[in-house]
Amino acid sequence: MREIQEFTLEDLRTHLSPRAFTGETVVLNMGPQHPSTHGVLRVILELDGEVIVNCIPDVGFLHTGIEKNMEAKTYQKAEVLTDRMDYMYAMGNILVYCLAVEKLTGLKPPPRADAIRVILTELSRIQSHLLWLGTSPMDLGAVSTFLYTMREREMILDVFELVSGARMMTTYIRPGGLWRDVPAEFEGLVREILKVLPRRMLEYEALLTKNPLYLDRTKGIGKIDTKTCLAWNVTGPTLRATGLAHDVRKANPYCGIEQYDFDIPTHTDGDIYARYLVRLEEMRQSMRIIEQALNKLPYGPVRDNNYKFVPPPRSEIGVSMEALIHHFKLWTEGFTPPVGSVYATIESPRGEMGVFLESNGTPKPYRIHYRTPSLPLLQALPLMAKGHLVADLIGIIGSIDIVLGDCDR
Amino acid sequence: MNELLKPAVEKISKKFNAKVSEFRDEVTLLIPPEENTAVAAILRDEFDFDMLSALTAVDYYPQTTPRFHMVYIFYSTKNKVYLNVRAPLDGNEPSIKTMETVYPSANWREREVWDLFGIKFDGHSDLRRIMMPPDWVGHPLRKDYPLGWEEVQFTFNFDEIDARKPKGEK
Repeated sequence: MREIQEFTLEDLRTHLSPRAFTGETVVLNMGPQHPSTHGVLRVILELDGEVIVNCIPDVGFLHTGIEKNMEAKTYQKAEVLTDRMDYMYAMGNILVYCLAVEKLTGLKPPPRADAIRVILTELSRIQSHLLWLGTSPMDLGAVSTFLYTMREREMILDVFELVSGARMMTTYIRPGGLWRDVPAEFEGLVREILKVLPRRMLEYEALLTKNPLYLDRTKGIGKIDTKTCLAWNVTGPTLRATGLAHDVRKANPYCGIEQYDFDIPTHTDGDIYARYLVRLEEMRQSMRIIEQALNKLPYGPVRDNNYKFVPPPRSEIGVSMEALIHHFKLWTEGFTPPVGSVYATIESPRGEMGVFLESNGTPKPYRIHYRTPSLPLLQALPLMAKGHLVADLIGIIGSIDIVLGDCDR
Repeated sequence: MNELLKPAVEKISKKFNAKVSEFRDEVTLLIPPEENTAVAAILRDEFDFDMLSALTAVDYYPQTTPRFHMVYIFYSTKNKVYLNVRAPLDGNEPSIKTMETVYPSANWREREVWDLFGIKFDGHSDLRRIMMPPDWVGHPLRKDYPLGWEEVQFTFNFDEIDARKPKGEK
């Protein structure tokens, strides 16, 4: 049987200090099968006692060739793969793909579809932050928050199940609008979340915000500053915790999110605790957006009526020959956008998520690239981890909230 | 074209003889590949493009001149604009200067492009594969790399299947 080839210490010479080769420091492997790495992340550590001298993240264990696979499928079929990447923000993955396709084809989703997209992606942000709020302190030993946050996250997943039939891999947002309109129960369920969650968030805060053990483990740990963040392309709450109020939702608004009133929370410390505070406040701001969007949810269609790109409704197929032809053409051949390339971005719970999409005028995307926030976050991990203890590294990995499916694609 | 982009686009297109194109409100500059770091340094220092938002490549196989386009997407947090810069690369074994010296974040993204497209980056500090295993042969995102199925190998039939498995070329 073939030996599995590993890289040797020699391959990592540029990353390690000379002391690693004389045996003064220990080179230790952490992961990829380690519960606190949130997936399959491998980190090679050079340790002096328990202090991290060097830290080399090794990713790619979850690489599934999604970009290559999408190139072989039509635009509609490729969409199904998108929510397998960042499985914590599946709604957003689809949204950014649809935004890119819409930019390419010139489709314009109706206002109702935009409002529902905003509600669902913000709910998605809350559920991602809720899971983070459960797991990140759990890495530091505070297990109890996890039990509570999962309870509320379940309410949000129920909404996704209601609208799309699936709890995580929804494929609900489609180029030109949505798969279908939301059911009548939607508004009630979302309002229930908006009613329950602020109260529950006070409970989480009571467990963590002033908890001396949590403060000890998070204050001053994993610091990074704004300039380094920008140079290393780190975005999202990690960047905002350093004091720069950069948010794609404000800077380059999408789906009419500019009509809602919300703030970008920032903090200046740039450590784990600052990221915690920023994320908590972001959840509150997301709830504000959802409430406003629900209050002025417009009535009307949820799909563009350009049947060259958007399948006609089922009711028309029985009575209209044209609709039948469009339906048949769309689901066999697909649609053909014009030649060109576009770049669309949204704000994911981890940072800026972008799609670079190039079309050569055939029904399949010629090149699709996901610019994902987790990759630069992990790349900057050594900058945050150096000089801290191994136990703090666990906290730092938790605090930047990486999703390996997002990083490796 | 966005007013905030104009000075940068004018300067780059004049100085480096870059071709400007617009599509769906996005501006793309086609620059000579050997000038990539010079262009990036000017964009960063003079026009506040402080982030290299994305770095990727496109393969135009079977065309060979150019076979690849390197795609750099710059972002300015001050002006909140994106600028696409493309550099054409000829031949099957292309190489280009690393962007790491201007934007350190290019490190992993260039490793990814090397891994999946086989574009070499001159002066890169650590050009190892990142997504595929270290002993992988071929560069999967190239258009001449087949997308196919693979027989599942177990311990008892590993060698048997391995012998008849199609192998890519280095």
